[in-house]
Amino acid sequence: MKVAIASNGNTLESGLDSTFARCNFFVVYDPETRAMEFIPNPNKDLEEGVGPASVQLLESRSVQKIVASEFGLKIKPLLDSLKIQMIVLKESKKTIKEIMVMLNQ
Amino acid sequence: MPRIKTLRKVLNPPVIKGFKPYGPETGNLSPEPVNLLFEEYEALRLCDYDMLNHQQASIMMVVSRPTFTRIYASALQKIARAFVEGKQISIDGGKVYFDSDWYKCAGCGCNFNNPEREKAIEKCPLCGNPQIVSYDFPGDDDEGNARHWEYVCVCPQCGFEQEHQLGIPCSHQVCPKCTHKMKRKGTPGCKF
Ligand SMILES: [Zn+2]
Ligand SMILES: [Zn+2]
Repeated sequence: MKVAIASNGNTLESGLDSTFARCNFFVVYDPETRAMEFIPNPNKDLEEGVGPASVQLLESRSVQKIVASEFGLKIKPLLDSLKIQMIVLKESKKTIKEIMVMLNQ
Repeated sequence: MPRIKTLRKVLNPPVIKGFKPYGPETGNLSPEPVNLLFEEYEALRLCDYDMLNHQQASIMMVVSRPTFTRIYASALQKIARAFVEGKQISIDGGKVYFDSDWYKCAGCGCNFNNPEREKAIEKCPLCGNPQIVSYDFPGDDDEGNARHWEYVCVCPQCGFEQEHQLGIPCSHQVCPKCTHKMKRKGTPGCKF
């Protein structure tokens, strides 16, 4: 069960980015194997279609849950149709590492 | 991957996969079923079970009124064909998403949805805490909208009120007067 975290940086001490689709890095993490990968977001500066593009990137990595501080309302139908779960952590000071530890439980 | 623009919203999947005709002649008939799409099922449900008009129903499915009318007409034609020709009906497929509901975790404070609606939520997908509550409208405001069991749905446009139905988020209701989406009474940002 892979989880994507919308991160503002590429270290374990980074935090959640303020948006999902235009975040700086996606951290793809598998709590079972503890494997992780930092993917620079290639869609960051797209003018339009950034939501679907980011969803497609994560879907191609078999992600089933996404943790972000905000998603934007238009993205929910697409994620519902793909059965990808949204987890919203608003205004959280948690680091990527702390979020991974939570997911390990 | 489906495109957002062509996805139609369906509140709940049907409780059955289809229908079979019965009677002495049914053995001689073609077993090829008529395929009713999920959006056609939903159009019929909204209009003739929930008794919404086409305008209201099109809002519920997030499609234009002409698109809705086309989906609805197709549903009736397929059902008529199955009845007249004695065909089975299978309900499957289509460009839909099943609108998932929101929850809130009392442990870590996160909000999350449940896209696997067949499986009940038992614990927080982030921290594993079992203390979770249903939640309306995340993103709409920050506090005070954990779902209570007694409240009134109100139309933010014209002020029409109706009793809240258990288990159905207010936002799944359409105002019968002006077809605006309903909200929970007292929601911040809602003038009624
Ligand atoms: Zn939690
Ligand atoms: Zn109204």
